[in-house]
Amino acid sequence: MKIRKDGWVVAAGLMALSAASLAAPPTAAMLSNACAGCHGTLGASAGPSMPSLAGQSKVSIVESMNGFKSGARPSTIMGRLAKGYSDAEIDAMGEFFSKQKPVMPVQTLDPAKIAKGQAIHEKSCARCHVEDGKEPKDNSPIVASQWLKYLQVQMDDYASGKRKMLDNKAEKMKPLSRDDLDAVAHFYSSIK
Amino acid sequence: MTLDRRNFLKMLGAGAGAGALHGCAGTAPMVSASGGEIMPKSGRRVVVVGGGYGGTIAAKYVRMLDASIEVVLIERNRQFVSCPFSNLVVGGIRQMSDLTIGYDKLASNHGIKMVYGDVTAIDAAAKTVALAAGTLKYDRLILSPGIDFRFEELAGYDPATTPDVMPHAWKAGPQTELLRKQLLDMKDGSSVVITVPLAPYRCPPGPYERVNMIAMYLKQHKPKSKIIMLDANPDITSKAGLFRKGWAKHYDGMITYKGANKVTAVAVKNRSVLVEGVDEVRGDVINVIPPQRAGNVAVKAGLVGEDKKWCPVNATTFESTLAKDIHVIGDACVAGAMPKSGYSANSEAKICATNVVALMNGRDTVEMSGINTCYSFITGKEAVSVAGVYKVANGSIVAVPNSGGVSPDLSELEAIYAESWLKNILTEMST
Ligand code: HEC
Repeated sequence: MKIRKDGWVVAAGLMALSAASLAAPPTAAMLSNACAGCHGTLGASAGPSMPSLAGQSKVSIVESMNGFKSGARPSTIMGRLAKGYSDAEIDAMGEFFSKQKPVMPVQTLDPAKIAKGQAIHEKSCARCHVEDGKEPKDNSPIVASQWLKYLQVQMDDYASGKRKMLDNKAEKMKPLSRDDLDAVAHFYSSIK
Repeated sequence: MTLDRRNFLKMLGAGAGAGALHGCAGTAPMVSASGGEIMPKSGRRVVVVGGGYGGTIAAKYVRMLDASIEVVLIERNRQFVSCPFSNLVVGGIRQMSDLTIGYDKLASNHGIKMVYGDVTAIDAAAKTVALAAGTLKYDRLILSPGIDFRFEELAGYDPATTPDVMPHAWKAGPQTELLRKQLLDMKDGSSVVITVPLAPYRCPPGPYERVNMIAMYLKQHKPKSKIIMLDANPDITSKAGLFRKGWAKHYDGMITYKGANKVTAVAVKNRSVLVEGVDEVRGDVINVIPPQRAGNVAVKAGLVGEDKKWCPVNATTFESTLAKDIHVIGDACVAGAMPKSGYSANSEAKICATNVVALMNGRDTVEMSGINTCYSFITGKEAVSVAGVYKVANGSIVAVPNSGGVSPDLSELEAIYAESWLKNILTEMST
């Protein structure tokens, strides 16, 4: 038996047999790079319906992953993936993506909807989505500079009741029409 | 005594002789002595062979992780055409241009040196690869050669001419367009035969998605036509329940699926295939997907294992277990539980790049953590997916227990996400 300098205890016999047992456990980058085929290199998505993770708050990423994992948050594919990671691994990935530089997606937005969305944001959303959605607050995610299509899908999930909300969010969101929600999505997508 | 990996290899080398360790040394002739060394090597260099789903990513991530390592990417073609989504071209709902990427931006963004040409030989002892133009030296070689076909297992199949009549369309490009053209030219009321080889082959759900896309086209334009699928496997190899559901929902009565029907011969003149050398099945359009193995360059270099088909590799570094300093990723390698898919190749490339850079800097390697995802279209609007998370256990790549799996149902939302999947993964490869 030998204790390696990083604290791993390895049987000497095993080490000689299996080169893999010499490797350190997966790093944050090792874990996170595997997500980038879908979410873009370093989490900067190039696909309109796939959310960018680069620069998202760690708290929000961890909360999303835990919600996917438990099923509390609906998903098409993330639930199946999130179940493959431990709490520590999810934490490491949240940290990794939160440190990456956000990239503003290039997309066409409707100026009239942006203006309408801004008014709704200021009235109903600004208390939690602070700084026009550019800053996270508690576990509210950064919603600014996200892909419009992705925000629209999320709004749909909220409106249809598929994605559950906290009471304080529901109170603000329930009175809004689908058009209102679409306008707010345009507004957040437009924020640099 | 404790051994680290390098000393272990050294010891093996001393005991067994370099010839045995470098299993491929000298087996392939060096054809290019005439050309001499191209791009003389000054610093540390990684050579990557194959600019597809694996190779582009390996080249890019080595440079992202250590810009002091020179990376040369050798690729045969000036453009790459994606196999994922190529069934949608066959079905007529995507263009080839949607699936085609070039290498210029990737090369300039990351300082990757492109060499366009065919690798004719690899010398593992001398650490060189040979092309018609000359040889290139490497410190580590990453091969991502994809697949080639075991045509020899199909009696009557002439590799030079049969694909022009019975396209495989299992490497995207002109073959994809040929299959599309044959469907366009076909009369209503004709039959389309699709044959599937025994697993493992590239893209397990691919043949069944192809049936969907062909059925979608026929339903709309040639509704009296039929599809016969002859599958060498006992049953649909991936997402079986979902494909069955899709066939019943959208293409009822159009598809005849026959499992355990292994095609062993083709009769080009009769426009037919033979199941187990006996039962003749005729078709107006015949899509023979031949059995496969690692790309020729890997076979020639002696990197395939006892099965003579695929390349065994170390589960952490993707280094060949048969040749030192040569790594094999993507469809060509045996990656344990990870299927042969574009996304697996992308994930394996990053794992390999991480550990190639670690090894070249004398650092500890890092255990792999990988993902596979694969979307299949049922119609133009509905898709299904499979997802998996992989880790290493006892030296092999295994699926993380209680994770992954297939979609619960056909889904329009998944078709929307699939679009962005393609956009993101091709952008990763080309920028
Ligand atoms: C198949 C492509 C795919 C892969 C691989 C993938 N994701 Fe996702 N991700 C999605 C999709 C699609 C969604 C939207 C939710 C859904 O339907 O699953 C999403 C949503 C998310 C969200 C929610 C973002 C938000 O603010 O609403 C997070 C966080 C996330 N993914 C993290 C990850 C991490 C971490 C990994 C790697 C372990 C990963 N994803 C791998 C496709 C993918």
